[in-house]
Amino acid sequence: MSPRAARTKTASRRRGPSVLEQRAAQPLAAVNGAASRADRVGVHKTYKLYIGGAFPRTESGRAYEVFGARGELLANASRGTRKDIREAVRAARKAFDGWAAKTAYNRSQILYRIAELMEGRRDQFVAEVMAAEGVSRARATRAVDGAIDRWVWYAGWADKYPQMIGTVNPVAGSYFNFSVPEPTGVVGIIAPEDSSLLGLVSRLAPVIVSGNAAVVISSESRPLPAVTLSEVLATSDVPGGVVNLVTGLRRELVGHLAGHMDVNALDAFGAEPEAAARLQEVAVENVKRFVAPPAAGLARYDWMADSAQSPYLIGEFVEIKTVWHPIGA
Amino acid sequence: MTLTKKPETRPAASWGLATGENLWEYAPAPEATDHVRIEPEYGLFIGNEFIRSKPRKTFTVINPATEEPLSKVAHASRADVGRAVAAAREAHRSSWSKLPGRERAKYLYRIARIMQERSREFAVVESMNSGKPIKESRDVDVPLAAAHFFYYAGWADKLEYAFPNRDPRSLGVAAQVIPWNFPLLMLAWKIAPALAAGNTVVLKPASTTPLTAYLFADVVRQADLPPGVVNIITGPGEIGMELVTHPDVSKVAFTGSTAVGQMIARALAGTGKKVTLELGGKAANIVFDDAPLDQAIEGIINGIYFNQGEVCCAGSRLFVQESVYEPLIDKLKARLGTLRVGDPLDKNTDVGAINSAGQLAKITELVESGVAEGAEIFQPDCELPSRGFFFRPTLFTGVSQSHRIAQEEIFGPVLSVLTFRTPDEAIEKANNTPYGLSAGVWTEKGSRIFKMVAAMRAGVVWANTFNRFDPTSPFGGYKESGHGREGGIHGLGAYLDLSGNGTNGR
Repeated sequence: MSPRAARTKTASRRRGPSVLEQRAAQPLAAVNGAASRADRVGVHKTYKLYIGGAFPRTESGRAYEVFGARGELLANASRGTRKDIREAVRAARKAFDGWAAKTAYNRSQILYRIAELMEGRRDQFVAEVMAAEGVSRARATRAVDGAIDRWVWYAGWADKYPQMIGTVNPVAGSYFNFSVPEPTGVVGIIAPEDSSLLGLVSRLAPVIVSGNAAVVISSESRPLPAVTLSEVLATSDVPGGVVNLVTGLRRELVGHLAGHMDVNALDAFGAEPEAAARLQEVAVENVKRFVAPPAAGLARYDWMADSAQSPYLIGEFVEIKTVWHPIGA
Repeated sequence: MTLTKKPETRPAASWGLATGENLWEYAPAPEATDHVRIEPEYGLFIGNEFIRSKPRKTFTVINPATEEPLSKVAHASRADVGRAVAAAREAHRSSWSKLPGRERAKYLYRIARIMQERSREFAVVESMNSGKPIKESRDVDVPLAAAHFFYYAGWADKLEYAFPNRDPRSLGVAAQVIPWNFPLLMLAWKIAPALAAGNTVVLKPASTTPLTAYLFADVVRQADLPPGVVNIITGPGEIGMELVTHPDVSKVAFTGSTAVGQMIARALAGTGKKVTLELGGKAANIVFDDAPLDQAIEGIINGIYFNQGEVCCAGSRLFVQESVYEPLIDKLKARLGTLRVGDPLDKNTDVGAINSAGQLAKITELVESGVAEGAEIFQPDCELPSRGFFFRPTLFTGVSQSHRIAQEEIFGPVLSVLTFRTPDEAIEKANNTPYGLSAGVWTEKGSRIFKMVAAMRAGVVWANTFNRFDPTSPFGGYKESGHGREGGIHGLGAYLDLSGNGTNGR
């Protein structure tokens, strides 16, 4: 259900004869155990953007209400703008060279550390996924565990995928010739709308494991687990700017990310299929690499399946560089 | 006009040549053409038959070195595109996709062998139609084209080893649109992997250079491929657009300009067709002060004057470390003076004809802009044939990054020379382009080679060499030079459905 629909429904349910024609604000729900007791007022978290390793509010100063699957108000999330996207791309470009230049062993350990820190916040993620997706604790736990394990899985690929994708080429001449994968650059990611954490991690990990920097537009209706993930990233030795996360209304954001001239690739796997053609068209402006959403959408996509993780996915966001050198005395 | 101004004569002296006097006279050494048969008219090649276009319409193909007509070829209509795609679709369904890989392989081996057998015929026709020197078509284009078929033949029955944990399947009909600079070689780059992967093909050669494609159709018949596996149609760009947007086409491969590639990509957005684009370039060729200068000179010359500079990966921006700038420029100018420009069929010719009047006009316009923007032009004082489309090998010094000749792809024998002091400055300047197809580095220092190679945002980097190609070696661009690779194991994936085991809710 869209947040707007949820809001209307909740509002109409609460509206009684004596209430003014004015939308009554709900109290924020206690997602992260910030429940108030008789003797203590809970401390709510402010959900902010994540750009260049910092947590700014959107430059617009605007927010939008995020509702849980049962219609409860979860948070006022940042309603990011085109300018935030531009700042995020700038931060990603700045971070790219350094991240790409790290040794594969180093990137591997950093991805593994993301898993370590997620594990430490497991309960928080479970609570947020439950609230956002309206699933049972058991199901949310499986999704969180799946997300953590996905980081571990991709961590192991950092220093292995080049050996699978790279080649030494037996050219017919006296030359040493080899091809190696290199990260494509700045990759825009439109995160899946429904799978708020596992879906996001499944798309993000294969992008950054090779050394790309990412600008992520989170799920619009379920952005909170993504924001919490950014807090994990900020403390996992992932250099600032390698992952940037913008929350907001997708229709206000995705076109600007797809059309940005300093973004080298766009992962639109999580985009709505109806929007994909237009995004792909815009992405042509600077010949972006483009990964389309499945034609039938993601409604029945199983993020837990083995097929949701693959070294071939890493391959979508790398460039093959071929090098020639003569052999001689 | 400024372009024909008297060149400097000083550099020739540094090569020990008497100034203004040509010591090395070459007698004409034209390649025989009497063994080559060019038909007066070619129809569209659909279902292993040459058929007339409907409505019947032709256009003339000329020899750019003489401006004489060579033949007439069919001008495909929209309906003809439909016929070609239908033939390919039917061939894919009824024969080619059902044929075991090992049998497909043998057809491809046959093609390679027949091309080798008829290599001189291909070389002569290629040079007559494209304007490229016979020594290039004979020693580079044709042997490489045959080698491509031989290489990909061997993949046809080994695809499952190339993509572990996938179940590689052919896509269907591949629509392929290729340029005029390497007509036969680009055909081979496109058709060989497509057929090896089990697809059928509709290929549209460039409208100025269709003759070796139609000669290749003859090879297809000699190899006895099932009808419809390879189809070749000719016509202008709109026909190419018609072809790639045809709903029964599953895969599109395009080589050409970035602007046209973008038009195609926009038209295909949202269709789910697999697309590979090999587009323009503006390669940096970087020479450090410790480079072996004489070898570097040969590499620079090969980098930009090979095929008249009509090469997407041409080393059109030369970056010279300041400390060797003067000796290098002197040597380069002297070497330029020894290039023989003229009859493409002459075995001594280094630089042949520009492919078309339109391209010649584009080169001329960009060179004029270089002069107008203040760069200093140098051209050797060589004789140009009185007929045909020829352009003197040209170099510009005093070029700045903002000049059009340093930014835009010229696609002609025009070199822009810039300088740098430190490796970091070279990297910064070299990568300062929306293109990223190729780059060159010249230095004797091994660790510097690897630093530079890693720093170049380009798909192919030649270190102490330039413009080398091989079927086993993937080729393709970063950034706005396109996406996807051609050649090697990397060139196969673009022609296969690799969505893997199971569909996962899709």
